[in-house]
Amino acid sequence: MVTLTIDNKTVTVPDGTTILEAARSNRIEIPTLCYLDNINEIGACRICMVEVDGEERLVPSCDNVVREGMVVHTNSPRVREARRVNLHLLLSQHDVQCTKCTRSGNCKLQQLCNDYNLLGEHYIKNLSNTPDDLSNPVVRLENRCIKCMRCIQVCDKVQSMGIWDVMGTGSRTTVGVSGARTLAQSDCTFCGQCITHCPVGGLQERDDTGKVFSALADPDKITVVQMAPAVRAAWAEYYHLSPKYATAERMVTALKMLGFDYVFDTNFSADLTIMEEGSEFIDRFTHRNRYTWPMFTSCCPGWVRFLKGQFPFYINNLSTAKSPQQMFGAVAKSYFAEKLGVDPHKIFVVSLMPCTAKKAECALPTMKDACGDPDVDVVLTTREIVRMFRGEQINPAILEETPFDSPLGTGTGAAVIFGSTGGVMDAALRSAYFLVTGSNPDPDAFKNVRGMDGWKEATFSIPGAGDVRVAVVSGLANTRRLMNALDEGRVTYDFVEVMACPGGCAGGGGQPIHDGEELAEKRGKVLWSLDKKETLRFSHENPEIITLYKEYLLAPLGKRSHHLLHTDHNAWKMPNEK
Amino acid sequence: MSRLDIKTPSRAQTVVDNLYHDMEQRISASPPGLCPVDIALNFLRLCHAQSCGKCVPCRIGLGQLSKLIEQVLDGAATMETLSIIEKTAHSIYNTADCAIGRDAARLVIDGLNGFRDDYEEHIKHHRCLSSLQLPVPCVTMCPAGVDVPGYMALVGQGRCQEAVRLIRKDNPFPIACAYICEHPCEARCRRRMIDDAINIRGLKRYAVDHAGDVPNPPCAPSTGKRVAIIGGGPSGLSCAYYLSLMGHKVTVYEERAQLGGMLRYGIPSYRFPRELLDKEINSILSTGIEVHTGITVGKDVTFEDLQHQYDCLYIAIGAHQDKKTGIPGEDSKNVISAVEMLRAIGDDHLPDFTGKKVVVIGGGNVAMDVTRSSVRLGAEKVTCVYRRRLDDMTALPDEVAGAMAEGVEMMTLAAPVRIESDENGVATALWVQPQLIGEEDPSGRPRPTKASLDEVRIPADIIVAAIGQGIEIQGFEQSGVPVKRGTFVAASSSQVGNMDNVFAGGDCVTGPATAIRAIAAGKVAAANIDEQLGYHHEITVDIDIPAPKLNNRAPHGRVNTTEREAGERKHDFEGIEIGLTCEGACTEASRCLRCDHFGYGIFKGGRSTKW
Repeated sequence: MVTLTIDNKTVTVPDGTTILEAARSNRIEIPTLCYLDNINEIGACRICMVEVDGEERLVPSCDNVVREGMVVHTNSPRVREARRVNLHLLLSQHDVQCTKCTRSGNCKLQQLCNDYNLLGEHYIKNLSNTPDDLSNPVVRLENRCIKCMRCIQVCDKVQSMGIWDVMGTGSRTTVGVSGARTLAQSDCTFCGQCITHCPVGGLQERDDTGKVFSALADPDKITVVQMAPAVRAAWAEYYHLSPKYATAERMVTALKMLGFDYVFDTNFSADLTIMEEGSEFIDRFTHRNRYTWPMFTSCCPGWVRFLKGQFPFYINNLSTAKSPQQMFGAVAKSYFAEKLGVDPHKIFVVSLMPCTAKKAECALPTMKDACGDPDVDVVLTTREIVRMFRGEQINPAILEETPFDSPLGTGTGAAVIFGSTGGVMDAALRSAYFLVTGSNPDPDAFKNVRGMDGWKEATFSIPGAGDVRVAVVSGLANTRRLMNALDEGRVTYDFVEVMACPGGCAGGGGQPIHDGEELAEKRGKVLWSLDKKETLRFSHENPEIITLYKEYLLAPLGKRSHHLLHTDHNAWKMPNEK
Repeated sequence: MSRLDIKTPSRAQTVVDNLYHDMEQRISASPPGLCPVDIALNFLRLCHAQSCGKCVPCRIGLGQLSKLIEQVLDGAATMETLSIIEKTAHSIYNTADCAIGRDAARLVIDGLNGFRDDYEEHIKHHRCLSSLQLPVPCVTMCPAGVDVPGYMALVGQGRCQEAVRLIRKDNPFPIACAYICEHPCEARCRRRMIDDAINIRGLKRYAVDHAGDVPNPPCAPSTGKRVAIIGGGPSGLSCAYYLSLMGHKVTVYEERAQLGGMLRYGIPSYRFPRELLDKEINSILSTGIEVHTGITVGKDVTFEDLQHQYDCLYIAIGAHQDKKTGIPGEDSKNVISAVEMLRAIGDDHLPDFTGKKVVVIGGGNVAMDVTRSSVRLGAEKVTCVYRRRLDDMTALPDEVAGAMAEGVEMMTLAAPVRIESDENGVATALWVQPQLIGEEDPSGRPRPTKASLDEVRIPADIIVAAIGQGIEIQGFEQSGVPVKRGTFVAASSSQVGNMDNVFAGGDCVTGPATAIRAIAAGKVAAANIDEQLGYHHEITVDIDIPAPKLNNRAPHGRVNTTEREAGERKHDFEGIEIGLTCEGACTEASRCLRCDHFGYGIFKGGRSTKW
């Protein structure tokens, strides 16, 4: 233990603690900007500078450890001036148009500049002329970027992708795509973790709200919206509503107010995914020799991009089942159009997703199976739909609840947990057990796959089928570790669930941003509690799914299913794929 | 009003002179990997500030060039801009009145030729190809990538044994390098921006001198794979060491009677005491390496046989073939090569030069080793003959100064023409032609030309040619190992040609170079051989590196090692260098700026804990 003095307070902390941690653990706040716990502790912004007695110069508190007897001042005049100068310097290269920035009010730089009461321009404005590329699901705005390097670190350390890198040297040093590529040429998974870890508006999703507003205003369009499980656990964070009040049904009301003709639930198609993917697994499991192992889930488009870009030899291990989003689109523009008796080309499908990679998924050339148009027209992230609500002055706090529309609006507890790591596996095992044995297991029989560990393993015995060895992994660095272990034969599994974002979709790259906080666990718990409360906790018991099969698809893995609900992962290429 | 004044610099001028010095130091400490266009622009601005302003091309032209290059960097230029830059630079070069303008333009022209790709990348794609991939200068500059800041910090805390273990992660020859490394790590040391480079080699020497016996890490479980190493020098033994740690069965084939290569047969013991070399080799061998000495591959065993018997081969035969001067009389008795002489000394066959006049031809480190050894062998007079100037010698300045202190005469600007011998064919003198230093060759070294002076006779009993070494390619070339300009051709992975299981590295690939480059090649080969054999063993070490200090930036003199008195040391082959004291080592270690932590190091590449 080390004893030191911070702002006249004597504190004792373990050896190796940074000055910043020592202060924070004793309720002394030192402002930070580039700092991200465990991910970016590099002292780049020089905002967390403190004065240490006996040191000639100021010391960054985030990356220097305490010493016995150290005397630290976190708010001396010298410190205050240094922070103000550094903020002014940052502003000289920052396009300070907060009124037009999506992060206004949720921006670390804005908050610090407000806190430090910066007045006037002290330095000559020096913005870059480089044009921004707005075409990809992930968009980087050069003149908003403050070069804190968090995106580089998240992409390297958490996602192991190394897409972002430091470009150039000297005064023109900036962040760009590594390997002299554009983002479109890169193997970026579009997971969006760089966006949710950006302290300012330097990174954001491609804004597609305009397309949705246009469709809503078009009298010839029948607008259909689907809501992903994880969206309901996060959408009301902007309004500070408690999860109890911020229900999916209240969001349905808001979506109706926006003008959507039909508000459906991706939980419906999550149950459908389980029917197809679960049946596929049983089929593969009972014909082991015909397949390569393990089987991978395919519902996370960031993961599919990762696998195709990094481990292309394993593409055939992916379940051929489409993701719930794409199954929904295909069913909406076929079965649902038939039910309505309308031309499917008139149907405009919008997805509300916690995800930026979904924007790339819906644009794939293979995702046009129902009528030739894209099965899903536009994907909005949670952040974008909240922006639309705000633009329409919709205040969810005063809204009534409205049930989802039918026939694509019912989901079971097994579906809602798709939004959390382990959920897909849990749901698939519940139905696979039923498909093999003809009876339901305890819905909580597979809870070993739940929880926030980045890499979970379990073995479950299904009478009549045998032991199923499963793994659940989230975060792409964890995924890479698992893939390497598989590749080197160090582990063997039958079924593996992968989610590109740590903690699954609850922590997705399209979710609301809370600087320095990781909310996947908290949001995931909301989803698990929804599952617990549901009377229907098995996908195969979803009455709308039963009807869909009876009226239209006939049976899982049948001809229609094959056409609408399954895909050939080899039929499109990643930019780096041969 | 006085008729003449004594020139005294103004206070401003004195300060500026100091700044020039600081700037020189700073430039020499530039981190590798900076954007060359940006650096060229800023050099150009400095050049422009030096303009007296008289002439148009320099006064205006250099400024316009700066603006144009700035446009390139700002992404506001087109390919047309590039041709304007080129045209303008050539015009300035052709029309400037003095070197200030002319050579400023040349700097730009050299850049346009040397890094045109970078210019074009900025113009076409608004981006820079440069990036600081390895941001700690000493680690970047070390061919083997040794964790220098890590062991500086450990030595500073007196944790010498851990320092040695940390070095061994990347370099199994910490003792050899502590004594004889040319320390490229010091070249770009960031401390130069404040005062002077850290004495890294001196601190390494302190570590190895005070570490005691440091056990090697345990070997990985046996893989059953067998690798043959041809050549038991620093490169071969480095490769052998790591492969052995990885669990492969390694056999070293060495032509000479003892292991060590140039560490034994090139470097005299006064620079690197033999007992330390033996200690280091024994430590490496203790990982379970099998050794066959006195075996020449290509004669006693064929290359093909080894290829059949082993899963992989590593060729590291060094550069042990002496080069001939090609002057008449070279075949005379008592004319020997440096290789020959140092090889005999390596096997403890010390020739007696008592009372002899020894003339050494050459200006490299080997020439210094020969002159200084000759002094120790009792020579009455040792003369080093070199075609160029003292400044142009490729030997380390310390070596030249050391030789001179021991009484070696340096006869520079003297090109050997012939060797005179007596009726018995015994050499009696070297005739040399005085030279005049001339224009620079393309590599930037001034070329000597014949001076209008008569030839000079240098009486000699022994003449030693130390003008470089070649590679004994016989026995390999016939077996399909590709050879270009007398060296083996290997990829940067050390792989040879299209032979999957043959690797090569060290002097036999690079030509005569340094021990640390040979060691690094062995390390690279070990990693790639491991992969080739289907494994991915990791070499790692678990050492807690002390946290950096914050208060070590006040300018402070560098603590140097010292040497035994010249008059005393020249009589024996004992080590000449006196290592740092505990006090000196602690002081010196505390000067380290810890670039692994401060600056870019903490962000990218501050420490790689495994390879």
